[in-house]
Amino acid sequence: MKIALTSLAALLSVIFITENSGPVLQDPAEDYQIKKGIENNLFAEDNEKCLVCHGDTYFELTDTVLGVTQKRLMCEDYQIDRDKYYKSNHWSFACTDCHSYGMEIFPHPTSARLEESYNCIDCHGYDEQYAQYHFEEIQEEYEENVHAKIEGFTCWKCHDPHSYEINIRNSTNLEETILYDNNICLECHANYDNFQLLSDREEIVVVESHSWLPNESAHFTNIRCIECHTEINDSILVAHKLLPKDDAVQRCTECHTSDSRLLATLYKFQSKEFRANVGFVNGVIFNQSYVIGANRNIILNILSFIIFGGVIFIIVAHTFFRIIRRN
Amino acid sequence: MAKQLYLYPVWIRLWHLLNAILFLILIFTGISMQFAGSERTFSLIRFDRAVAWHNTSAIILTFSYVIFVLGNIFTTNNRHYRIRKENFWSDLLSQLKYYSFGMFKKEKHPFPVTLEQKFNPLQKISYVLAMYFGMPVLIITGIGLLFPEILVRQFLGVSGLLITDILHIAVGFVLSIFMLIHIYTCTLGDKPTTLFKSMINGYHEEHEE
Repeated sequence: MKIALTSLAALLSVIFITENSGPVLQDPAEDYQIKKGIENNLFAEDNEKCLVCHGDTYFELTDTVLGVTQKRLMCEDYQIDRDKYYKSNHWSFACTDCHSYGMEIFPHPTSARLEESYNCIDCHGYDEQYAQYHFEEIQEEYEENVHAKIEGFTCWKCHDPHSYEINIRNSTNLEETILYDNNICLECHANYDNFQLLSDREEIVVVESHSWLPNESAHFTNIRCIECHTEINDSILVAHKLLPKDDAVQRCTECHTSDSRLLATLYKFQSKEFRANVGFVNGVIFNQSYVIGANRNIILNILSFIIFGGVIFIIVAHTFFRIIRRN
Repeated sequence: MAKQLYLYPVWIRLWHLLNAILFLILIFTGISMQFAGSERTFSLIRFDRAVAWHNTSAIILTFSYVIFVLGNIFTTNNRHYRIRKENFWSDLLSQLKYYSFGMFKKEKHPFPVTLEQKFNPLQKISYVLAMYFGMPVLIITGIGLLFPEILVRQFLGVSGLLITDILHIAVGFVLSIFMLIHIYTCTLGDKPTTLFKSMINGYHEEHEE
């Protein structure tokens, strides 16, 4: 039934639609990057000294004097998934690039454990190599962000340095990107245990607080949380200024219109060339998704105006002849 | 002298009235959503209200359509929608000629209204296309848009939702044009208001010459 319906639809609409997957902006740095993976990490062997414990759900504690070894659970927060790590943005790093050599001592000394972690800006800021990503502005936005007011909140709460992958910038599968990005938010906002580590507020039930949205599930699966919960910034690729909940987008026509804000957020990475696709205003949206009021087919619009005008003309002409021939 | 024929039983008149009101709401709210504007641009009706009115009217229209189909199955009204193969094109052409030229020359109607022949060939084909082809497509695609999770996500690399919506909008537009012409042709009675009165009192009225 579903296939029959869409087949019929496709036959009739195919003349108006140009199939195009739409090129995406590529990170120029990736052109010369070698393939990610443990086999290409120069420090993989050294890293294993850490991952022998942190790469598993348990570790072994040995008393060399008594010759006693016991298995202990590794706290979930300190577990590192090798597969995710070697696919992440920081896949090529040695653990000691970010963690002090004090962490090579076991048990780790308290001074090493309490040392302050680097933040994104510490490595990516004020560096020509990353200038195009405007990390300095991202930092400024973060400092105005509602999360920045929470004690203990850092970049890492959302961008786990051991697993985070740049997604939207290189993605050709928007659906997966949306899921990945929204899961970052839901890690705390749909998990009260995690949420409580940072806030004393009452539990937020995301599904209930968004129940005002028509077709709530369609919104959850087709846009990222940040589409409505951040302030648009044209000079950075992903807006980081998360707004207080009362300032989140609530007017439908912010998105459901030809100058949809989604063009400045979710669809920002699709090429401008594709955006100017003949026949579709906001054609960039149409290929992967559909937004009522934003997808407008210029050909169909013009055709409809011509047909409507033609019918009105015929009616007026017919009425005119009826009047003059009345007697 | 005027002849009077009882052509429109109560159920048809009630259905027709409901259908007309709902269709007008659907056209108005549909256009409003299709051309939804931000605060800076023109907008007929607030988007969320347009969605709510459109969805509600569409659900009622779907039930009303089911009543129409059942009514036609279980009453004799269905006979007016049967298209004869013989002389199909010539009948259509003579009706078209009458509307284009004949009626201005005071020619006799080629297909006078009788109890057995409520619709002329042009009305019959347009009503059949509208009610038995256009409406089902409009309703099915509308259900797809109301429950997008039941649609295939991609078809030939294009969003299934978009294809469904283009079809919905295209058929909705064609039926809106049909409605416009339908309303105009209803002014072609003895007087411009005669046929509208018929849909109120049920009696078709025509002056015999």
